[in-house]
Amino acid sequence: ADIISTVEFNYTGDLLATGDKGGRVVIFQREQETKSRPVSRGEYNVYSTFQSHEPEFDYLKSLEIEEKINKIRWLPQQNAAHFLLSTNDKTIKLWKISERDKRAEGYNLKDEDGRLREPFRITELRVPTLKPMDLMVEASPRRTFANAHTYHINSISVNSDYATYLSADDLRINLWHLEVTNRSFNIVDIKPANMEELTEVITAAEFHPLQCNVFVYSSSKGTIRLCDMRSSALCDQHSKFFEEPEDPSSRSFFSEIISSISDVKFSHNGRYMMTRDYLSVKVWDLNMENRPVETYQVHEYLRSKLCSLYENDCIFDKFECCWNGSDSTIMTGSYNNFFRTFERNTHRDTTLEASRESSKPRAILKPRKVCTTGKRKKDEITVDSLDFNKKILHTAWHPKENIIAVAATNNLYLFQEKVN
Amino acid sequence: MFVRGLKRKCFDGEEDIEGTLAGIKAIPSYNLQRQSLLDMSLVKLQLCHMLVEPNLCRSVLIANTVRQIQEEMTQDGTWQMINTQSTGQASLDRLVSTDILCRSSRDQAEGKHVPAYGTFNKDFESDQAQDSSETMSASSVQAPRNLQSNVWEMENPQENKGNFQKSLDQIFETLENKSPNSVEDLFSEVDNSYYDLDTMLTGMMSNTKMGHCDNLETFSTPTNTASNSNCKSDLNDLDHIVEILVES
Repeated sequence: ADIISTVEFNYTGDLLATGDKGGRVVIFQREQETKSRPVSRGEYNVYSTFQSHEPEFDYLKSLEIEEKINKIRWLPQQNAAHFLLSTNDKTIKLWKISERDKRAEGYNLKDEDGRLREPFRITELRVPTLKPMDLMVEASPRRTFANAHTYHINSISVNSDYATYLSADDLRINLWHLEVTNRSFNIVDIKPANMEELTEVITAAEFHPLQCNVFVYSSSKGTIRLCDMRSSALCDQHSKFFEEPEDPSSRSFFSEIISSISDVKFSHNGRYMMTRDYLSVKVWDLNMENRPVETYQVHEYLRSKLCSLYENDCIFDKFECCWNGSDSTIMTGSYNNFFRTFERNTHRDTTLEASRESSKPRAILKPRKVCTTGKRKKDEITVDSLDFNKKILHTAWHPKENIIAVAATNNLYLFQEKVN
Repeated sequence: MFVRGLKRKCFDGEEDIEGTLAGIKAIPSYNLQRQSLLDMSLVKLQLCHMLVEPNLCRSVLIANTVRQIQEEMTQDGTWQMINTQSTGQASLDRLVSTDILCRSSRDQAEGKHVPAYGTFNKDFESDQAQDSSETMSASSVQAPRNLQSNVWEMENPQENKGNFQKSLDQIFETLENKSPNSVEDLFSEVDNSYYDLDTMLTGMMSNTKMGHCDNLETFSTPTNTASNSNCKSDLNDLDHIVEILVES
């Protein structure tokens, strides 16, 4: 199994897609609850597996293009088939996943093996009939959106109009129409005329869930810009600029690096957005630009270790974050296979671990605690014994229920709220 | 953390310095920390540069950190101070910091910095004469070397900063233009007599992890190559470099 690089539920939550470093997409489907098998409710089984991207070689630059899937985004379902967008560093693909559970039999011109029948054997005309067959799930690439990005694509986001989507790389954001592959519109370009003056890059971008003209993009300097596509064709001028003033007392040489935003997500209701930087998660009210309305510390105990984390490059890890369906709880990952959830109303936070030892099927997860003071209590874990190679970068929350998907390197964990 | 352990090993054998620094062993001076951070960042940028396709976000963040340190050093006069300080003290500061340079995150666990330190010491003495004449002429990515040569030549600090900034800029340029053409440009200044593959490869192997190791531009300073063979080489980097050499 390869390292999982992205996790995403579809709009109903019945399907869960994962992309990995090897360019493969694996889709899981939730078992339908039936009267005869109520226990299976909530279990996800493999539905489809396909190779989305292959490694490519850019001959002009003598560079290999990684096949790693950076992001997957589902399209809302409009017919029996499912559609998703998957992207690597350079190319976005639209995949159609469809089921086939019937087969036509009784063709006139060919027999069951597919061989052409001898003309003299055809003595009568018959109508082919549909016979059931074992379910087959097919994935086929329907569109390939290529050659629009010089830099590495970090985000894709489907618009609420369900006809367009954006793709963002380090310096540019492009707008596409799902039906058109040979053209895309550049809507943001922060590349300086002189690359030597480059000090800021785009780290994530997303469309507003309800307003099809609004999108946001975050930067490596910890700022978020909200843009309105109605104001101009090229949205280099932002409509809103979100930045929290720096706390001068906590300033260090690492301040900028840890302020770099690794993920930005709108709330489902479209009133808030959440940003993840190295040590914290912040919730912003779209109407207030000068500071976030809520700040949650994910692993503040790492603040004193920033120098070591810089040395071993962990400080550059890009953690994602997600909202639950009702926007009441947010979740993000940490090290040692820990992930954290924060309840916004009660300010209750929980640390859980995604590992084989602590996750027996159907067993309740035990909350974990990191010891920050000298005296370690039983079951607590000290900061120095955290495993920084076990990082949870990708998590996803079911859009309606309390089911979460947590990717721990090359394992996928699914947790569900216990129902009696 | 890592700085603490480092200092103890580094200063074995340096009697007089050990005494002075024994008091601050537990808390390395701010300047020292800052310097080691600067050197570490420069090494990261160099290694970034050698990758097939560097992560732009990471490179930008590291470069910004380097600029920040440089600005602060300029502001509190440390930049100039480096030039006027006595060579003994300064050289040890350099050695401490470049010791960190020798250790990549891979080497960290293995603790290979002691031999590296020893060789580096010798290297400095032999380089002394070379550096002062070479720094001004070499215009390629040589930021760490410039910093060190500041110790020896008490020249115009402004110029050195200029070189430093220029090297940073060049890092970005080459990050941007990762095409065979730009590699050829890099090579255009190289003295042709050093196209002897063996010398180059030895040079590359020893230079990939050293503090003042640059890119392929180190061909112009052969004296560096022989003495720094203790640092481990990254075979992947080496393969890539050989590929480029073959192509050009």
